[in-house]
Amino acid sequence: MTTATLNASDWRDGKRYLWLLGIAVMGLPIYSFLLFRWTGLGIFWWATPIVVYGLIPLFDRLIGEDEANPPDSAMAALAADRYYRYVVFAAIPLQYATFVWGTYMAVTGGLAWWEWTGLVVSVGMTSGLAINVGHELGHQTHPLERWLAKVALAPVMYGHFYTEHNRGHHVRVATFEDPASSRFGETFYEFLPRCVYGSITSAWQLEKKRLEKQGKSVWSIDNDNLQAWGITLALFGVMAIWLGPWALPFMILQGAIGGSLLEVVNYLEHYGLMRQKKADGNYERCQPHHSWNSNHLATNVFLYHLQRHSDHHAYPTRSFQTLRNFDGLPRLPSGYAGMILAAYLPPLWFRLMNPRVVAHFGGDMQLANIKPAIRQRVIAEYAASAA
Amino acid sequence: MKKWQCLVCDFVYDEAKGLPEEGIAPGTRWEDVPESWTCPDCGAAKSDFIMEEVA
Repeated sequence: MTTATLNASDWRDGKRYLWLLGIAVMGLPIYSFLLFRWTGLGIFWWATPIVVYGLIPLFDRLIGEDEANPPDSAMAALAADRYYRYVVFAAIPLQYATFVWGTYMAVTGGLAWWEWTGLVVSVGMTSGLAINVGHELGHQTHPLERWLAKVALAPVMYGHFYTEHNRGHHVRVATFEDPASSRFGETFYEFLPRCVYGSITSAWQLEKKRLEKQGKSVWSIDNDNLQAWGITLALFGVMAIWLGPWALPFMILQGAIGGSLLEVVNYLEHYGLMRQKKADGNYERCQPHHSWNSNHLATNVFLYHLQRHSDHHAYPTRSFQTLRNFDGLPRLPSGYAGMILAAYLPPLWFRLMNPRVVAHFGGDMQLANIKPAIRQRVIAEYAASAA
Repeated sequence: MKKWQCLVCDFVYDEAKGLPEEGIAPGTRWEDVPESWTCPDCGAAKSDFIMEEVA
């Protein structure tokens, strides 16, 4: 390893300024509109999904993977550098600008149906990317950052994520009980409603239990879900008073699109992987081989290293800039942006991913997290082919 | 005997109970829990725990 011989003072974070792209991406629908005004080309109403579903996967392919880790000696300074916190904060004003402008344009712009549709998909996608901002902030322990996490989750109506992700998903990840861990043989379209319903009910129960322990009602003002949803209600209420009731279907639809973007990422992060139960009936600790990873650079800089997912689950309070790649981790064949497209097409997803899951478990599918309806059949099928 | 709570997932380490399944005997004080120890539920570092109010 050459990195081990470097001194901290010699090392520079090559991605330092690339992280600014995570801010820039929040304004995509606005830049697209300016390009539309400039060129008159209607395609620009759809530029955001073209970038996310087309250009980023293409760049993942062209640029490839970045496996480099900062040297251990540089970690402490890298983690303490406030610059990286401000980069995340700065995404929020642009996220709100896009949300407010998009809703205004949808109501007052006199748009054709295909322009309106392009706009709602575009704004929804930036809202979905903002869940990643809320995710990064929600893992921090400083009260300001935790509060900003709720702010980032408000336009996308995903306030429950604040509670459920840390205290639900991180605790139960890669188990049958986790709504946000997808199962072998489960399509994205089966996963989506199960995950959304399971996550919201779990977030509610977690807060109910926590508040009961403090002798408070679940309807207390201290309920993190109610606080986070309250910001959404206030925001949507103000927008509807300003722009009229037609703002509501736009805001709700963009929120649903944003939520579905987060859930498709959830779908691919732990597909089929499972923690085993110990003799005492508890699950083994979450380990690096319980998450799918990718080192594709283009997606990583837009998602604050979210694809270095094993390190994130092993050390959930580790800041994004310090997340590391390790050898021998479960690896996706492409970056998240490309894998999302595969997840939308279940036959393609199964063809790409099922052999990887089977190989990961060496054919012993009793160790995998499998959709219950097909569990016995899958175990028998691969046991027979392994024998 | 004190209790310490994980800031990420709310797991509680109770000094009186320890964590025998992880080799930490009942009565082990927080300062004697190894620095490399992490939250058994979510993996947060020892430094991500705060002392809980004594009920």
